[in-house]
Amino acid sequence: MAKSDQDVVITGIGLVSSLGVGREAHEALILGDSTPSPIVETERFAPYPVHPLPAIDWSQQIPKRGDQRQMENWQRLGVFAAGLALDDAGFKDDAEACASMDMIVAAGGGERDINVDSMIVDEALKRNDREVLLNQKLTTELRPTLFLAQLSNLLAGNISIVHKVTGSSRTFMGEEGAGVSAVETAAARIRAGQSTHALVGGAFIAERLDIILMVEGIKGHQTGDWSPIWARDKDHGGGMIMGSVGAFLVLESRGHAEARGARIYATIEMVEGDRGNRAEGRLEKRLERMVEGAKPELVLSGTTGFHDLAAREKAFFEKVFPAAAIRGFGGLIGHSVEAQFTAGIGLAAMALGAGKPVAPFDKDHEKAMTEPAKTALVTTIGHQRGEGVALLAANA
Amino acid sequence: MSNQFRDHLGRPIVAVTGMGVITSLGQGLEDNWAALTGGRSGIHDITRFPVNELSTRIAGTVDFIDLPVANAVERSYAMARETTVEALAQAGLSGDFNGPLFLAAPPVEPEWSARFELADRAGPAEEPGDAYDRFLAAMRERPDPAFHEAVLFGSISERLADKFGTRGLPVTLSTACASGATAIQLGVEAIRQGRTERALTVATDGSVSAEALIRFSLLSALSTQNDPPEKASKPFTKDRDGFVIAEGAATLVLESLESAIARGARVYGIVKGCGEKADSFHRTRSSPDGGPVIATIRAALEDAGVGEEAIGYINAHGTSTPENDKMEYGAMLSVFGERLKSIPVSSNKSMIGHTLTAAGAVEAVFSLQTILTGTLPPTINYQNPDPSIELDVVPNVKRAQQVSAVLSNSFGFGGQNASLVLAAEPR
Repeated sequence: MAKSDQDVVITGIGLVSSLGVGREAHEALILGDSTPSPIVETERFAPYPVHPLPAIDWSQQIPKRGDQRQMENWQRLGVFAAGLALDDAGFKDDAEACASMDMIVAAGGGERDINVDSMIVDEALKRNDREVLLNQKLTTELRPTLFLAQLSNLLAGNISIVHKVTGSSRTFMGEEGAGVSAVETAAARIRAGQSTHALVGGAFIAERLDIILMVEGIKGHQTGDWSPIWARDKDHGGGMIMGSVGAFLVLESRGHAEARGARIYATIEMVEGDRGNRAEGRLEKRLERMVEGAKPELVLSGTTGFHDLAAREKAFFEKVFPAAAIRGFGGLIGHSVEAQFTAGIGLAAMALGAGKPVAPFDKDHEKAMTEPAKTALVTTIGHQRGEGVALLAANA
Repeated sequence: MSNQFRDHLGRPIVAVTGMGVITSLGQGLEDNWAALTGGRSGIHDITRFPVNELSTRIAGTVDFIDLPVANAVERSYAMARETTVEALAQAGLSGDFNGPLFLAAPPVEPEWSARFELADRAGPAEEPGDAYDRFLAAMRERPDPAFHEAVLFGSISERLADKFGTRGLPVTLSTACASGATAIQLGVEAIRQGRTERALTVATDGSVSAEALIRFSLLSALSTQNDPPEKASKPFTKDRDGFVIAEGAATLVLESLESAIARGARVYGIVKGCGEKADSFHRTRSSPDGGPVIATIRAALEDAGVGEEAIGYINAHGTSTPENDKMEYGAMLSVFGERLKSIPVSSNKSMIGHTLTAAGAVEAVFSLQTILTGTLPPTINYQNPDPSIELDVVPNVKRAQQVSAVLSNSFGFGGQNASLVLAAEPR
């Protein structure tokens, strides 16, 4: 494809997962020769395994203790990963660039106060005027600052405060689709000349009982131990193992990136989301339409691990891209809902930027690569609805 | 392409061809406009839940929509559906909409009734703080897909997308109290990008609950002047003491002017410009110098390709909190200077309260209606003006005045600022 100043390029990657903190930590594991070992916590939330947060020195990206205290882990992780992406792109100390930078955050909701909720429901079991009790307890027990630490758009708000990104601030919601729309929207704006540089991403904390409860509503979790994502056992739950992930990207127009001499990891050639009924091959029809014309050597699949969806996605890509290597990155770092799509794009950009093959994440179900990929497809098929794909090309 | 369909930057002009609205004043643009220009308040005593021990006992809830289950998701969806039906009928569009959907919706959490139900079917506490472990045990025994669906942020746009046949992956967004304006901005951008000829922009908020109210109360954001309810919201007065939480929804059908004219649609106005600028000062407070708000208003004017002299009326954010009204006044003064005194500025929130996620879109609809009818809605409850805020707030009674361009402001927690310039159809 001919290069243009309006191309959307990736110049910053900020990734935190159970595997570690930052781009380099992930590159070392996924671009090596051997299959990386997932980090899994099986005790704390048993019977639900999760991929936990790594050790993080928050002050590296959130220097003020006061700022750290104003956030719960979900916002903190997002602000931290956003800082890594800005650092990686060389924008961290560029106040002018940050003040004109656009931002789209894919957000869920913040943490509940488990102790307050428990106290209220326990007391309510003994009362028949539950709504009155609710007023009494919430008025006296809720921390006023918790509201802001829970509020979806306050991840973006905290990024503005901590990193001074203030060109614009938009928060998209809607689970996995929010991450897809965030990238799709930022890319469309850059291509149309409405934006020159943008911070895009999200964060997800798996180690939360309130979130675990939500997915258990549909029996979505794998139970017991970790197992490879393409071979999860139907006798051990639904197949999803969630992972704590913060994943932000800096996207720029090629013209803007080249003018400042930025390192370009990859170009986003195409990004699109869609939705609809998935029955009777309709999901595959939509995927087929979206990937038409693409010839990736690598597919980074964001599959949830849900048995049926994982099997269908793998079968689809083995059929349409028989030569491509498939990597289910959710098996390695867990499913991270709003952060899933940008995490996958970050991993793909690392591989393309370094010009190295990606090690199989699951030796038994993923084939080795002998050559580095020139183009990579990133997918995220939502656990309930919505799907998205992005096609990335190496910046040759 | 002929210039009549392009703006000062050569972009497609974006027309509004359909509008729908619901607030505590009623359902539909006609009823709302009659009440709004009649100076009627929709604020009332809360009956949805007990108000014992609450310092704020009033709201602008929407209690007249039929719901299959009374929760925030069902209410927000129902209002969005109704305003969209109205807007599409006005636009003369039937069948699949076939353009993207941008939805501003409130972040929702499980209802307390759902937690109580789980507690009832779970075992008793074994230790303090273990309620979620018990909830999980109960859920393992009997999963509850309805619980899961009710807390997904994508569930409202999913239903709207299916019902109205929108195209692609819908965007559900939140920029707090600026969300409605942001939804419109996203629609405008999509049309300017040439991605689509039309976009459905919807904003809805049916999330008033005890917990929502208490959260805002704990931040001292709400008026506690409960008696009488209709007098509580009094923007720009000396005795304003907070906003009144409220519900509502609005839908705007956006269309390239060219496509609207080509299909013979009636054009109700145009979205001439959008501006935004985030504030990095504080989580709930605006920069003391009003810099980001000033930049937002200037960005909207610049995007519209007009000078400040083009603005004939301002639909203020005007929440009736001590801080917002002072800050908004200061920012407007910086942009409009001495002329501000002669620009009428009114706050719809004096009558409908603060519809939060929906406010930017609800007030955009009323701004367009102001242009269409040549009637300025009043700021009611303006009995005791704040002497430090010298504004013509269209006090208490509507005024007949033709305006051709309106500035509509929306600001929110998290440093969110968005302004729209809405104008009459170009002749």
